[in-house]
Amino acid sequence: MKELIGTTGLILNEPLLWEKGKKGRCGFSLPRRHVESFPLDNELTGEGPDFPDLSEVDVVRHYTRLSQWNFGVDTGMYPLGSCTMKYSPKTNERQAGLSGFAGAHPLLPSDLSQGTLRMMYELEQYLAEITGMDAVTLQPAAGAHGELTGMLVIHAYHKNRGAQRSKILVPDTAHGTNPATATLCNYRSIQVNSNEDGILSVESVADVMDEDTAGIMLTNPNTLGLFEENIRQIAEIVHSKGGIVYCDGANLNAVMGIVKMAKIGVDVMHLNLHKTFSTPHGGGGPGSGPVCVKKHLEPFLPVPRVVEEEGRFRLSYNYPQSIGKVQAFHGNIGVMIKAYSYIRSMGPKDLKKASQLAVLNANYIKESLKDTLHLAYDRPCMHECVFSDEKQKDDNVTTLDMAKRLMDYGFHPPTVYFPLVVHGAIMVEPTETESKEDIDKFIEAFKAIANEAKENPDLLHDAPCKSKVRRLDEVSAARKPCLTG
Amino acid sequence: MRYLPHTSEDIDLMLKAVGADCLDDLFSTIPNDCLSKDDLALPEALTEWELDSHMSTLSGAMAVSPDYKVFMGAGSYEHYIPASVSYLLGRSEFVTSYTPYQPEVSQGTLQAIYEYQTLAARLLGMEVATASHYDGATALAESLLMAVRITQKTRVAVSSLIHPFYRQVVRTYFEPTGYEVIELPYLKNGLTDIDGLDELNDLAAVAVQSPNFFGCIENLKEIGEKVHNKEALFITCFTEALSYGLLKNPGSQDADIVCGEGQSLGIPRSFGGPALGMLASRKKYMRSLPGRLVGQTKDLDGKRGFVLTLATREQHIRREKATSNICTNNSLCALAAAIYMASVGGTGIKKLAELNHDRAEYLKQELKKAGFRISFESPTFNEFVVEFPEGFDLVYDRLLKKKIVAGLPLSIYYPELVNHYLLCVTETMSKNDMDALVMEVKS
Amino acid sequence: MKEISELNLPTDLRYAEEHEWAKLEDDKVRVGLDDYAQDQLGDIVFVELPKVGDTFKKGEVFATVESVKAVSECYMPVSGEIVSVNNSLEESPELVNKSPYGDGWFVVINPGNPSEMDTLMTNETCLKKLKGTE
Repeated sequence: MKELIGTTGLILNEPLLWEKGKKGRCGFSLPRRHVESFPLDNELTGEGPDFPDLSEVDVVRHYTRLSQWNFGVDTGMYPLGSCTMKYSPKTNERQAGLSGFAGAHPLLPSDLSQGTLRMMYELEQYLAEITGMDAVTLQPAAGAHGELTGMLVIHAYHKNRGAQRSKILVPDTAHGTNPATATLCNYRSIQVNSNEDGILSVESVADVMDEDTAGIMLTNPNTLGLFEENIRQIAEIVHSKGGIVYCDGANLNAVMGIVKMAKIGVDVMHLNLHKTFSTPHGGGGPGSGPVCVKKHLEPFLPVPRVVEEEGRFRLSYNYPQSIGKVQAFHGNIGVMIKAYSYIRSMGPKDLKKASQLAVLNANYIKESLKDTLHLAYDRPCMHECVFSDEKQKDDNVTTLDMAKRLMDYGFHPPTVYFPLVVHGAIMVEPTETESKEDIDKFIEAFKAIANEAKENPDLLHDAPCKSKVRRLDEVSAARKPCLTG
Repeated sequence: MRYLPHTSEDIDLMLKAVGADCLDDLFSTIPNDCLSKDDLALPEALTEWELDSHMSTLSGAMAVSPDYKVFMGAGSYEHYIPASVSYLLGRSEFVTSYTPYQPEVSQGTLQAIYEYQTLAARLLGMEVATASHYDGATALAESLLMAVRITQKTRVAVSSLIHPFYRQVVRTYFEPTGYEVIELPYLKNGLTDIDGLDELNDLAAVAVQSPNFFGCIENLKEIGEKVHNKEALFITCFTEALSYGLLKNPGSQDADIVCGEGQSLGIPRSFGGPALGMLASRKKYMRSLPGRLVGQTKDLDGKRGFVLTLATREQHIRREKATSNICTNNSLCALAAAIYMASVGGTGIKKLAELNHDRAEYLKQELKKAGFRISFESPTFNEFVVEFPEGFDLVYDRLLKKKIVAGLPLSIYYPELVNHYLLCVTETMSKNDMDALVMEVKS
Repeated sequence: MKEISELNLPTDLRYAEEHEWAKLEDDKVRVGLDDYAQDQLGDIVFVELPKVGDTFKKGEVFATVESVKAVSECYMPVSGEIVSVNNSLEESPELVNKSPYGDGWFVVINPGNPSEMDTLMTNETCLKKLKGTE
């Protein structure tokens, strides 16, 4: 067995912030007074918060050490299905940090904010082109937020026609945010089951679609990594009953420049700039979830909208049918700048190439591992593929065990136990930024682990053993939550 | 392209392994009538250096300090950000990791967010804080929905002195629910008028912002008592997190849920986003909280570690019965706030907050001396409203050309307040800057 | 997880479709989750119980049980009013795992229609059903 990627290193322990420091220390350069004191009434003032006092060295060491306990895309391959953990280009960070962008107040008069307004306008155009849609809002702060915005638009659309509906169709493969979002809009989720090929069939949608159903929330390609081949007919059925087709765009990385969602029946969709468009995941955000719509839904988009008049840009609130606002200001500008920079750096040819290579990488993994792991659907996949732990049942090894052991091999585990339609699901999305050598190492690692499952399963049951901590007691954490120190 | 590592040799080998002749073959399951026939109509790719130049031009067309003096707050504040904070936030293990679903390799993020939760709870005087939300406005909307869930009542009251955009977000979120939102008016002294509460019944919650949109500090204790007498939950919100370095925190004033904007804590304004929604509550409402929570636990060897917990509230498990649909926690922004709070420290934050208050107070006094009317008599933190004379909009425009933004005109948000301007001063505005402003408006 | 043969299903109880057990105590009915259910759920971290005085029909959801990664709903085996609730489950949800028929009981019901007890399964029928799914 060749040398594993995952070795041990010198990772230092680091206590909690309030277990360090000494009263009187400060890691901040206090500005000079320059004005006299104007004490406030005692009734209004308090003691101030009980924060530790730390020097700059304390703070820098603390967070440097903490960062070393994390695995990121910059550390190694992070094949989380449906998350598109592609490489985040560093020039994007540089652009977002430019002081003109970073220091601007959101309510500046438009004459004083032409730079960012132009960036927003052009980004909207690019996203409209990629999706084939007519209008875009950049306001939602994340994917789920974009879903909410899209559903609120659908809700407003039906209200405007004088006939609100009570249900929405949600496939069994849907991400949990889909039914949760439906509930926020007072829609009851009606589950539609995928067929034995892992996609939706026309009949199953026709069976449940009626005039009390607001529409359908699809993901295409779906969470099994399969293209919803019947989407055009499904859209027709939904439209024939006056419904709207919503598409969760989380998996757009498979089809940039290859399929335009607007052309296959989608009326409204959200995008994840932190997935498809390379902005970094930040350990769980911030993201950005723009929503793209067809013309008939445009009047309902949140305000303000970016408008262009003779080469100048401004924000307009003049949209009487708008759903209002979903965030206080205009969206996650800092994130948008990175996506904008990515699109400008890739250009049309390489965006398409990115999708093609993402799909190539996923199919390559699928073919290479299908003898080792049970493949849930033995058909060509898009940018991700789904395995299960079926083959390891006799070894008494689960998906969880294999995922934990992968860490010792120097890889972040794939998404596990989702989608729910596959028991013990292992969803692998390599993305296009992984090289063939790194993917080959990943395949080798998984094969070695499958072998260990037969010969020495305890290696898996006890995994991970090279990480900073071993398996954690999540049961006690839930029984007796300790959420503050 | 430097982000696409495949050589043509790699591609050939991989196509062979997959049994495809060319890359287009990989899309054979897509029906022909779904495939795009044309190339994307996007501008051609830029080199890194062309991008630098282009973005530099765009960035240059923005009015920011030190060139411009922008005396605006209204939910977005300019504060000094230490180089150490920006530097640490650049560490790619924080930046390029994802949600810590695999805790063993995410202890950095998990401990950092646990620390953030703790510092946020201490800042606000509350028992438990979440790992954060999109921004103050959505945190408020989520808090009100949380109150509805807890009390099973469908009516809420919100002060008209809560940030106008926050109230708009609440209305957008509430639109499909059918829940009722009632607005409480304000008094001449710039504080919320709670007398109307006497007539209201079956309230799930009452929400008040302090310091409010006019910068005035509300009497939270008194409001809280009245709200609790009505058996409703007391929700307080804020747009300037730094104010609690000096003011009595909402927890000490009997708030049940506290929400607001944490952008002041080490996050650049960035034309409004990304921001940091802060949310905290009493421990007894813990299981109704929306969003992520990090908890402390032990590993197999008994070592301390951290995990995401109480996940059964969340969308990926509870699906349509989840407390929210939220799937993010603006983690990197929460991290920025934690690093900032750690750097400023307990001793430092009080001094910094005092400085903010005093600088704003100085401008207020100088404007008073120059003969301008301060619209509301109540004590303020680092923002206040001034009534300028009729025709001031011409002066305002003249000042824009001199690179001074003399506050935010309020008439768009409060039509009765024509010629009233909301001014903000933080520790970044020098005495000279303020003297210059006073001189300009006097003339 | 346990093999079917390892399960404990006491003979003096009745069992519902979704694995709630019911025990007649004088004129009241005590209810909990059976051994199969607690074994399938794994470590239970939280139980949400109704309030004394709440009434439910047979088959309605009256409680939820949470493990770390899942939530399960519990259905009334018979209709009635809740007269007693096991408050120790708040501090110690693990009692459901350790002692599903003893200290891990959920509620005591004042049944609206006592004959509904006869529609529930005996332990033999319950066992047969479980084996059928094997």
